[in-house]
Amino acid sequence: MKCQRCDRPATYHITELTGPTPVEVHLCEQHAHEYLSGGSKATVEMTQVAEQVAQHYAKHMAVGQAAEEMRRADQQTCPYCGISFYKFRSQGRLGCPYDYKAFREQLEFLLANIHGETRHKGKRSSKPPEVAARRTELIRLRREMREAVDAEEYERASQIRDEIRRIEAEVV
Amino acid sequence: MISTLDDLMRGCGEWLRGEGPENDIVISTRIRLARNLADFPFTSIATEADRRQILDRVKEVVNNSPFRDQVFYVDVDTLSELDRHFLVERQLISRELAEGQGSRGVFIDRAERFSIMINEEDHLRVQAVQSGFQLEPTWELIRQWDDYLDQHLVFAFDEEWGFLTACPTNVGTGMRVSVMLHLPASVITRQMDQTLRSLEKLELVVRGLYGEGSQAMGDFYQVSNQVTLGRSEEELINKMAQVVPAVVAAERKAREFLLAEGHENLHDRVSRAYGILKTAQTISAEETLHLLSSVRMGIHLGLIQEVPIQLLNELFLFTQPAHLQKLAGSELDSADRNIERARFLRRKLGELSKKI
Repeated sequence: MKCQRCDRPATYHITELTGPTPVEVHLCEQHAHEYLSGGSKATVEMTQVAEQVAQHYAKHMAVGQAAEEMRRADQQTCPYCGISFYKFRSQGRLGCPYDYKAFREQLEFLLANIHGETRHKGKRSSKPPEVAARRTELIRLRREMREAVDAEEYERASQIRDEIRRIEAEVV
Repeated sequence: MISTLDDLMRGCGEWLRGEGPENDIVISTRIRLARNLADFPFTSIATEADRRQILDRVKEVVNNSPFRDQVFYVDVDTLSELDRHFLVERQLISRELAEGQGSRGVFIDRAERFSIMINEEDHLRVQAVQSGFQLEPTWELIRQWDDYLDQHLVFAFDEEWGFLTACPTNVGTGMRVSVMLHLPASVITRQMDQTLRSLEKLELVVRGLYGEGSQAMGDFYQVSNQVTLGRSEEELINKMAQVVPAVVAAERKAREFLLAEGHENLHDRVSRAYGILKTAQTISAEETLHLLSSVRMGIHLGLIQEVPIQLLNELFLFTQPAHLQKLAGSELDSADRNIERARFLRRKLGELSKKI
């Protein structure tokens, strides 16, 4: 296969996933380098994140299948903060701590790609992780309460408010 | 006592003190930690009400801490653009915080050794800096603050993935160790490409003066760890402790080579740089940085005797756009800045000749 921008052989096969539909790009080394390093307003790190997700799918699946898998993953949303995997992938920023659980499957390989490791080593928080996880539930509850108020479901809203107060009152 | 931005104007801050081990080549050692409160969305999707609550909670904890007198608070949201750039030039806040939106702020240490940014990409970015090559003291300084904040706030922390951050590239320790190096002789002897390649293999990233996305200017390079997950803070620090001395040794060797093999050429380059700085009538920030880089090397090699390194550092900081405009007391366009910059350099370096 020839490079799409010159006559050299294409050695890089990139699946561009920053748009709504995946696009296959075939380039020689030089043009691949140009393509990957420029053009976008996104920071290097953001692009890196998006690229790595794409590379993973491209590497592990046949082309048609990769696109299908990607679409499926993109539609997932975090039940706490509500952002979709697509939004994370296009902006390179997660929405809340619970995203690490909600998008666990996708993030696991991404983290392995970025860091070469998937297990934290080093300083720990002085509080048990369960305490932090419990606090993170407040993100979901506050959102649900706002939604209940907007829907004029005041009884439900007050139940959620009580639950929020209970968690906030827990000694940490 | 330093408690306003105007007070900061009178000095150069910690990282340009020009002291500490290896200070002829290592400008500063910096460590930052990324932390998030467990019960709020990350900054990029947090509502303004969330951001205000985050800010209030962190402020309350810092203001009740035993170190409260060491710091003063600056509300970045209401700061003028000039003042925000001023803080970026002093490396007390990041460009991300300066250019962000909504409620955000920073606690600044009166000695400018650390700062705590609130509502940056992560809820908290705690950073400490020391001049010269000082990994351990910098880590000690930041760890004290982190311990205190961790006791009084609930950070997003996961058994498996450590401290959870807005960008997966920071997850785990949330730590970035950066060492700023001045490598003019390595650049002249064309060794930089090789050095950069070997650093990359060691999972280290090289950036310019102002971190992420900035170009290397004036032969200043910032080396930092790329990986934050699966390596302890000590391991990340130890890697720097091993790698940086090798880069420093190579630069020193290159300087010796230049002195031995082309003494006149080197002396000429340094003297011409000094000459231009002393006499130019209009000069850009970039050219100034480039020339100051040569002069800095010349001072350390004994080729220029009369310029104290503290003065050089002062020139280095105060010729940058925001500092220059604060000195002038008004906003200046780029052409006027170049004239003002040249005037400032002539005055500072001229005073020196009068003393001798």
